[in-house]
Amino acid sequence: MEAFTTHTGRAVPLRRGNVDTDQIIPAHWLKKVTRDGFEDGLFEAWRKDPQFVLNQPQYAGASVLVAGRDFGTGSSREHAVWALQNYGFKAVLSSRFADIFRGNSLKNGLLTVVLPQEDIERLWALAETDPTAEVTVDLVGREVRAGGVSTAFELDEDARRRLLEGLDDISLTLLHEADIAAFEARRPAHKPSTAVA
Amino acid sequence: MGRTLAEKVWDDHVVRRAEGEPDLLFIDLHLLHEVTSPQAFDGLRMGGRPVRRLDLTIATEDHNTPTLDIDKPIADPVSRAQLETLRKNCAEFGVRLHPLGDVEQGVVHVVGPQLGLTQPGTTVVCGDSHTSTHGAFGALAFGIGTSQVEHVLATQTLPLAPFRTMAITVDGELPADVSAKDLILAVIARIGTGGGQGYVIEYRGEAIEKLSMEARMTVCNMSIEAGARAGMIAPDQTTFDYLRGRPHAPRDADWDEAVAYWRTLRTDDDAVYDHEVRLDASELAPFVTWGTNPGQGAPLSASVPDPASFEDAGERLAAEKALEYMGLEAGRPLREVTVDTVFVGSCTNGRIEDLRSAASVVEGRRIADSVRMLVVPGSVRVALQAVEEGLDKVFTAAGAEWRHAGCSMCLGMNPDQLAPGERSASTSNRNFEGRQGKGGRTHLVSPQVAAATAVLGRLASPADLSDVPTPVEA
Ligand code: SF4
Repeated sequence: MEAFTTHTGRAVPLRRGNVDTDQIIPAHWLKKVTRDGFEDGLFEAWRKDPQFVLNQPQYAGASVLVAGRDFGTGSSREHAVWALQNYGFKAVLSSRFADIFRGNSLKNGLLTVVLPQEDIERLWALAETDPTAEVTVDLVGREVRAGGVSTAFELDEDARRRLLEGLDDISLTLLHEADIAAFEARRPAHKPSTAVA
Repeated sequence: MGRTLAEKVWDDHVVRRAEGEPDLLFIDLHLLHEVTSPQAFDGLRMGGRPVRRLDLTIATEDHNTPTLDIDKPIADPVSRAQLETLRKNCAEFGVRLHPLGDVEQGVVHVVGPQLGLTQPGTTVVCGDSHTSTHGAFGALAFGIGTSQVEHVLATQTLPLAPFRTMAITVDGELPADVSAKDLILAVIARIGTGGGQGYVIEYRGEAIEKLSMEARMTVCNMSIEAGARAGMIAPDQTTFDYLRGRPHAPRDADWDEAVAYWRTLRTDDDAVYDHEVRLDASELAPFVTWGTNPGQGAPLSASVPDPASFEDAGERLAAEKALEYMGLEAGRPLREVTVDTVFVGSCTNGRIEDLRSAASVVEGRRIADSVRMLVVPGSVRVALQAVEEGLDKVFTAAGAEWRHAGCSMCLGMNPDQLAPGERSASTSNRNFEGRQGKGGRTHLVSPQVAAATAVLGRLASPADLSDVPTPVEA
């Protein structure tokens, strides 16, 4: 996984709550068997509308998505994270994320930052009045800085460390091979097995 | 202090616990399907890693599979390639697979329970958010992303952050015309699509205890629609009776030992939940959604709400956008909303009991000429059982289409889709924009409401049919 320390970029104001994963990447895109090439599927239905925020030229190349409450609800598709990254987003800010989406994002180095709704509103206003304004998402200092204001955010220490160092989860877990083997040895016999009897 | 059901199952699966780190949890059962696994197998290959526990892993094909002409090559080359990728990966790594055409094929969340693989007190994961379905057995079951699929394939464990616990207690008895689907839709409307965020929900109370296993699966299935990590119901005699004799249920001495353990999986009297919600079952009624998320629902007897009636600015905006997308205006009685398509199926309502409920409503009646009705069993086993009971004939005699098992129009990855502007009454779980096809409009309903809607061509419950003469007596 790519490490995330700090990122500075322009912001896109997505004034919409409950953005579900079917909107982020519609199901027909899920037939692909790779992790890349999803950028054209990102918000596919909404992008048909010339007024949609991503179609406005002043937001071209922006890399921080500022979204409404309950971003990423619905399906477990990690394709939603890949689509955002393939498109060029490095961080998503919202006042609440769906659990699975958040977990998926952190596993791929897409930083999801939870901020109070007032801060989201302030960033929306900033990005709308001055689309050239830069937003810094600083995981080292755990704060978001924009328009002369800085806001602290929380992220659990373990997830933060994994992101900062770009650690591979599977290798870390396999360091505990002996614990896994010991657990397997004491599992009760009545536990289910998929082996054909 | 006592522990909740969810905490007990969690504690029994901790492989490693260390200060400042998430617990490492052992996974008892890993279910795979074609959509969320290809990139995980690629990762294994790149890392040169095998599947750690083939005996705890099983795959089926469901999302892309066609429901017609299944003996012919799949028309869509991209769908075909994805299914072929799963077959290739399962063959290469040695994973048990039930492909299209196999008698155990079907929607992954229907297949696990019917094989008896889903058991109380187990941890179950799948790269699919509706893994919450399996919580109906008192399993801790949750959806994971593709990176985690790879993690479980390689290690049979997951590092997991702790959850909070929520009890949803449903007192009293459900009225006769109210189903598990109505109950869960009402719960989601009450707590909202983010209301369960960070929680494992335990459903309890008299009304829940009286539910069949099928109905409990319907309830737990939609926990994710309230944003919850998982939904659970304590195992009891209903659970044990469902499991006994299934292909992978424990046998003989193992059975007795298992049941003794399963009986301990009840929330202690002195356990404390982080949050509690109470509902009175007797106040529930047939429920339908009017908007574009599962929390935007109302009793069938109500009218489309006025967005201005929502206090929260975000909800007001969401309601406005939803009505625009759905082509509905505030104040229109829901019973006057006409539909073109009725879909009965999915991991929410594609089990035998659901098909029986829908069949009992259309039996001896004809569906409206303006409606196409698709009945898609959740699995081949469900289909076989339905055929044995003659349900397929009941549906086709009424004018419905009887299809092959799979996810089908729940998400339209196969050819079963709504055309732009078409409106469905669907027994599935998501009414998101475009979920059932680009521009399609979805109303989530129970199987009974779906069937009555098919007959009248507008949103209706079986009670509305009393004035329609039952034409043919067989
Ligand atoms: S039936 Fe629908 S919700 Fe269930 S697994 Fe298939 S696509 Fe997902």
